[in-house]
Amino acid sequence: MSQTICEVRGVEKSFGSNRVLRGIDLSMCAGEVTVLMGANGAGKSTLVKVLCGVHSADEGELVLAGNPYTPVDAADAISQGVVTVHQSIDDGVIPDLDVATNLMLDKLTAPGAGLFVNDRKLRAEARKVAEAMGLTMNVRQLVSELDVADRQMIAIARALARSPKLLILDEPTSSLSATEAERLFALIDRLRSAGVAILYISHRMSDIRRIADRIVSMRDGSISGLFDTQPLDYEGAVTSMLGHAMTDVDITPETNSAPILCLKAIKLREDSPPIDLVANDGEVIAVTGLLGSGKSQLAEVIFGLSRPIAGKMKLDGGSYQPANAKSAVSAGVFMSPKDRASNAVIPDFDIANNMTLPFLGSFSRYYKLSDRKQRRASEEMIGNIGIVCQSNRDGIGTLSGGNQQKVMIARWLLKPGRVLLLDEPFQGVDIGARRDIGRHIRATAKGRATIVFVAEIDEALEIADRIIVLNEAAIAGEHINQNIDLAKLVAEVSGPSLSPALAG
Amino acid sequence: MNNERILNLAIRYGFLVLLAGIVMYFSLAAEGFASPRSAVFVLQSVAITGILALGVTSTLVVDGFDLSIGSVATSSLMLSAYSMVILEYSAFVTVLLCLTMGALVGLVNGLLIVKMRVPDLLATLGMMFLLIGLQRIPTQGNSIATGMRLPDGSIAEGTFAAEFLWIGRHRFDMFIEKLFPMPVVVFLLVAVAVWLFLGFTRHGRLMYAIGSNQRAAELVGTNVSRYKVLAYMISGVLASVGGILLAARLGRGDIASGNNLLLDSVAAALIGFAVLGAARPNAFGTAIGALFVGILLQGLTMMNAPYYTQDFVKGAVLVAALVFTFYLSSRRSSAGRH
Repeated sequence: MSQTICEVRGVEKSFGSNRVLRGIDLSMCAGEVTVLMGANGAGKSTLVKVLCGVHSADEGELVLAGNPYTPVDAADAISQGVVTVHQSIDDGVIPDLDVATNLMLDKLTAPGAGLFVNDRKLRAEARKVAEAMGLTMNVRQLVSELDVADRQMIAIARALARSPKLLILDEPTSSLSATEAERLFALIDRLRSAGVAILYISHRMSDIRRIADRIVSMRDGSISGLFDTQPLDYEGAVTSMLGHAMTDVDITPETNSAPILCLKAIKLREDSPPIDLVANDGEVIAVTGLLGSGKSQLAEVIFGLSRPIAGKMKLDGGSYQPANAKSAVSAGVFMSPKDRASNAVIPDFDIANNMTLPFLGSFSRYYKLSDRKQRRASEEMIGNIGIVCQSNRDGIGTLSGGNQQKVMIARWLLKPGRVLLLDEPFQGVDIGARRDIGRHIRATAKGRATIVFVAEIDEALEIADRIIVLNEAAIAGEHINQNIDLAKLVAEVSGPSLSPALAG
Repeated sequence: MNNERILNLAIRYGFLVLLAGIVMYFSLAAEGFASPRSAVFVLQSVAITGILALGVTSTLVVDGFDLSIGSVATSSLMLSAYSMVILEYSAFVTVLLCLTMGALVGLVNGLLIVKMRVPDLLATLGMMFLLIGLQRIPTQGNSIATGMRLPDGSIAEGTFAAEFLWIGRHRFDMFIEKLFPMPVVVFLLVAVAVWLFLGFTRHGRLMYAIGSNQRAAELVGTNVSRYKVLAYMISGVLASVGGILLAARLGRGDIASGNNLLLDSVAAALIGFAVLGAARPNAFGTAIGALFVGILLQGLTMMNAPYYTQDFVKGAVLVAALVFTFYLSSRRSSAGRH
């Protein structure tokens, strides 16, 4: 057995009353790839942030190479040999500088670096790093001119140039194509044989199958499964990640009702097959798929934020071609966008004003806004959907993520609409709030068609009557949410390169 | 907990208490300060600045900035003189011309920012230079007054219409005969109108939403571009109103007047952030901010402080107000502001 590089013992972490990590024990060994799986809100990112020095643990201890490891910040973690490549690529690169400078940034910030930059030497060293990674681009090129995958590779290359003891990769393939991912895996193989411990966070079954030495599943802030006997039990890992969550929610699928929204031969990309979809009255449809599967693109097309390459949409039998969000909303198509902090929340407003924002017109008399009407309507909503707050005058920023999300969704339930689109409604939402939202969406589903876009399968299982799987901007499968063949569903999500054991 | 309440009270009412304190101090220390005439003098001194400041407030609300207001006001001043003295138009046409010019400049500013994607500070800075230059071209850089010699050798025979001068010089009777000047009336009307519009209509509320999170406002179906252009047009029109009042008071197209307008009005709008702990642009705060500066300068002048200390005093007030707004407010647990 190889030597343990990093050990996590009984780590706990809470944000306010929300216990995100509830006693995590985990060890990572030299020359081993540990894959960490977990649904949204399971606590993966928090664990990563504890390891890379962004958060400090409330309880428990970390050990690195036999010594206590208490990073004070991200830079400290790196200098001690724990290097992280984060999911959001743009945190990793500086777009306005060239490739060489990006690769050599650490040299520039290292203590004792000279005052003047020797560009030729810098480029020579950068070329060496790039070659080691198998990168072929010109090091003089600006990073902003590169595509997402190349940027990702640069972020990873820079992490590797620091010769880490523990390398943490947070969903590194989410924006990579299959061949690019293979390049990354080849590199991981090399690092593994060089004795680096690797913690790899992903849900992509194809990735996991390719590189995992062992799999750790997380659920609700605890380790729910550890799989390290060959051959690895992938199905068991998925099940322990999802837990028994879906049996908690009892869904009788709604079928056979009048169609509201029809998508006819919608093409999202030049080279993708057309998508046909009918959303019926009272039905909740979950569209699921990996990042980049075209989920968000589809939501944007329906909400009028972008135009499809080809195809038509019909709403209540009439032609529906929204030019922008405004025309979609006036046609009765509402969307709660993903990333609420940047796309939905008005930080300066209180709960009532955030909630009533889309329909201020109906809370006005002549030209004057009626504060009383706004407050009365939002007070009612706060009760219905269960928002935990002191009053509707609370600033939106004082609420927890789950409660903020409830406000954002309540916004679109104030007025009856024809179609409600929810793009990643459970992002950064704790499990309790997630159940509340799901219950309320289902309870109010009559009279409209609801389409929920989620990457996590268990979220889809919790809320939907019908689940549609997208892969590479095409429909890969469709299921009525009753006695679903989970393995088949997972196989469709992950795409064709899945292990036969799981797909069968 | 108790500390927090005191902090909240201080943030909310601190600035108004300070204002009351200053008024009391000057009333005791400077003879004649606490009289209707002096109060009206203060109001008159801040009326034009205040109107411009209300305009800049509406652009601040949508997270923009209008640097061109000062030059719009002086352009409006020169345009009104040119229109009456050289073109010999009536007061009515002149006023209409100036307001149209202000609206047009606001429209161009807005379109530059919304359609051409020029950052607001740069677009309005460019517009400022353009207007400063433009207003000098027709008169070859000279001020305009009746009897001046025109470039073609003739004499300008038009005069400022009496109705036009009335806008700047008339005083209504109130307690004392001929007390309340017309510009102050205009200022108060504009202040109430902007206050109602920004604070109590859905359009104002949506403008605040745009200023706080433009993307989110767009995704609930707000026409963000239109509201932004509207904000710059309000700013342009109000600046031209300021220019009209200035011209009507001076009675000539003085090329050198109105130099301080931009900075004074921006200062008033920013001081307004501190009033009632709003920590954001708002019409009431802007009006109070303008008054605050006016009262301070009037009091100091009556106590024989030399004129050249005025800018220093304004600067000190502004810095204090900004500290008040940004430092104290950031320490308070953020409650919703709307």
